[in-house]
Amino acid sequence: MKVLVPVKRVIDYNVKVRVKADGSGVDLANVKMSMNPFDEIAVEEAIRLKEKGAAEEVVAVSIGVKQAQETLRTALAMGADRAILVVAADDVHQDIEPLAVAKILAAIVKEEQPGLVLCGKQAIDNDMNATGQMLAALLGWSQGTFASKVEIDGDHASVTREVDGGLQTIKVKMPAIVSVDLRLNEPRYASLPNIMKAKKKPLDEKTPADYGVDVSPRLSVVKTTEPEARKAGEMVGSVDELVAKLKERGVV
Amino acid sequence: MQFGLTDEQEMIVSTVRRFVETEIYPHEAEVERTGAVPAELAEDIKCKVIALGFYACNFPEEVGGAGLSHLDFTLVERELGRGSMALTHFFGRPQNILMACEGEQRERYLLPAVRGERMDALAMTEPDAGSDVRGMKATAVRDGGDWVLNGTKHFISGAEHADFFIVFVATGVDDTSHGPKKRITCFLVDRGTPGFEVRPGYRSVSHRGYANCILTFDECRLPDAQVLGEVDGGFDVMNTWLYATRLTVAAFAVGRARRCFDLAVDYAAQRRQFGQPIARFQGVAFQVADMVTEIDAADWLTLAAAWRLDEGLPANREISSAKLYATEMLARVTDTTLQIHGGMGLMDDLPVERFWRDARVERIWDGTSEIQRHIIARELFRPRGA
Ligand SMILES: Cc1cc2nc3c(=O)[nH]c(=O)nc-3n(C[C@H](O)[C@H](O)[C@H](O)COP(=O)(O)OP(=O)(O)OC[C@H]3O[C@@H](n4cnc5c(N)ncnc54)[C@H](O)[C@@H]3O)c2cc1C
Ligand SMILES: Cc1cc2nc3c(=O)[nH]c(=O)nc-3n(C[C@H](O)[C@H](O)[C@H](O)COP(=O)(O)OP(=O)(O)OC[C@H]3O[C@@H](n4cnc5c(N)ncnc54)[C@H](O)[C@@H]3O)c2cc1C
Repeated sequence: MKVLVPVKRVIDYNVKVRVKADGSGVDLANVKMSMNPFDEIAVEEAIRLKEKGAAEEVVAVSIGVKQAQETLRTALAMGADRAILVVAADDVHQDIEPLAVAKILAAIVKEEQPGLVLCGKQAIDNDMNATGQMLAALLGWSQGTFASKVEIDGDHASVTREVDGGLQTIKVKMPAIVSVDLRLNEPRYASLPNIMKAKKKPLDEKTPADYGVDVSPRLSVVKTTEPEARKAGEMVGSVDELVAKLKERGVV
Repeated sequence: MQFGLTDEQEMIVSTVRRFVETEIYPHEAEVERTGAVPAELAEDIKCKVIALGFYACNFPEEVGGAGLSHLDFTLVERELGRGSMALTHFFGRPQNILMACEGEQRERYLLPAVRGERMDALAMTEPDAGSDVRGMKATAVRDGGDWVLNGTKHFISGAEHADFFIVFVATGVDDTSHGPKKRITCFLVDRGTPGFEVRPGYRSVSHRGYANCILTFDECRLPDAQVLGEVDGGFDVMNTWLYATRLTVAAFAVGRARRCFDLAVDYAAQRRQFGQPIARFQGVAFQVADMVTEIDAADWLTLAAAWRLDEGLPANREISSAKLYATEMLARVTDTTLQIHGGMGLMDDLPVERFWRDARVERIWDGTSEIQRHIIARELFRPRGA
């Protein structure tokens, strides 16, 4: 089985984000970018499936600016076998919308015929949480979202999902799309030999036109603002006072 | 000219940085408090580094290392510089002088050191011979086919955990036009060799948990097979291998300064006095501006010296400049960071006071600042006959 893992280049989770002066979005100039952390978990899971013998090949895909090549090299250094880069934008500030990404991925799936697509549940830049679901719809495949555990059993996968009430385990028919959550695994460090090998692994460069997909935006961002600054706290003198205040505000 | 890192170098940097942040930082306060690294923790760090293929990454591939260039290795050292030295010691960078091992020495010392099975320490300094290495008093004298060692070494780092020692001793004297000059030979000495003892050293303010020890040799008998390099060729092995080690001190200083600097910037932006962040006071802001300028300068000096080594260009002067400037920069950056933190900077609730203490030794070991200036000046004036 082949596993396809889409990975997105996003602003590093450690960076303190700044909104651009014109409110059109977050300032990405000279900012550290990294692989979306949920995608890193997806890459890790794919590599573990390969190590367990449940998968033969792991292919990483990124759709975005040319610099996403670095993100793919990271996936290759972690242990992915090859990579596909779809250069869909020149400007680092242009985000490719989930539907366009899903359409390109659907075309790649038709070409590559993976048995499983493992993707992050959402990208931490815009928190869309849509690509995996859209891809499942476009392909007519089964989907298991927010996975905290994935087990492959013949032509089925058992997926444990993190839902509001707790954990739900579902059985999905393969091929399937699984979107992964934070607690699925802890991604490994890239080993030094794999870092050195990453450059030698194949990385194909494509364009949206190769897949006949139009990536022009359908959504427009009206305004981006910084979250409201946290208000100063209040010191209380005793536990009783604390409980009284909490009751007063209807918290307990 | 090109100043960017390659994709591989970026990944090396981010992997080592992440390793230090997740595997080293959480244990630092405890090591600082107890002054010791628990054996299981040391073993755990070592195992993880071996699994990642980073152990002994400064060694060539043909002996089992990763074959990193000097520049790549300098980047590794720079990131390790962020973390506690007592802990990053187990990230395992054996002395590259071990490449001088020959024949059966390779199986006994070089290869096990690269595999992480045996750890090494290097002993040159003596109570009466620090900067003046040639002034050493420890001797090895021929007795039949063997050598007999006598003398004392002190300040020996990593000795606590070392399985064997690379030891420099005097094996004779030449009369030269500048007066008598000692001949030096390098020996490999196993822990437990009769007549050789490792004793606890002094308590240092810098790098708690990274102990230094005293080594004593009392009629310690060694066969010829323990000579590293040539008899009387100690200075040759030293000169071939030890300059590059000096560069790791510069790299350490840059990495450590960056970590410290981030704390200074964050604190200056958050701490409010007189109704505004102290960063708004030019007296604070300009200090921060100077710090980053100096750190960048030290960074480029260091990387440029490493690049020269890779290119096979003469680099001793540049390495000394990098070591000198980077370690003196670290002293200023840690001191300024402490100052910006006000009274809290002195308290061990924050790591700032520790960075300030740690920085002090960097201007002393691997050649004091004065000795670096001496080397730099010598390179400039020797060709002019002055
Ligand atoms: C914590 C620690 C760990 C160490 N680890 C090791 C180790 O693992 N192995 C090892 O072999 N050594 C080690 N050393 C020794 C270290 O390399 C020496 O301390 C260093 O070389 C200086 O020698 P010294 O301390 O004897 O000072 P000295 O040489 O006595 O110097 C005293 C002062 O005189 C100055 N001075 C000396 N000569 C000159 C000159 N010609 N011109 C101008 N000024 C001069 C020096 O700069 C210094 O300021 C360690 C030292 C420390 C503190
Ligand atoms: C060991 C110790 C004992 C002490 N004992 C006592 C005691 O017995 N009683 C007592 O009352 N206090 C005591 N203090 C407090 C001491 O006086 C304060 O630490 C000192 O006044 C600095 O205040 P701070 O630590 O809050 O630093 P901050 O005032 O927060 O200063 C932080 C940094 O900002 C700089 N800064 C602040 N304002 C400006 C400005 N306008 N322009 C330029 N730079 C600025 C400071 O110089 C400093 O570098 C003690 C402190 C220590 C460390």
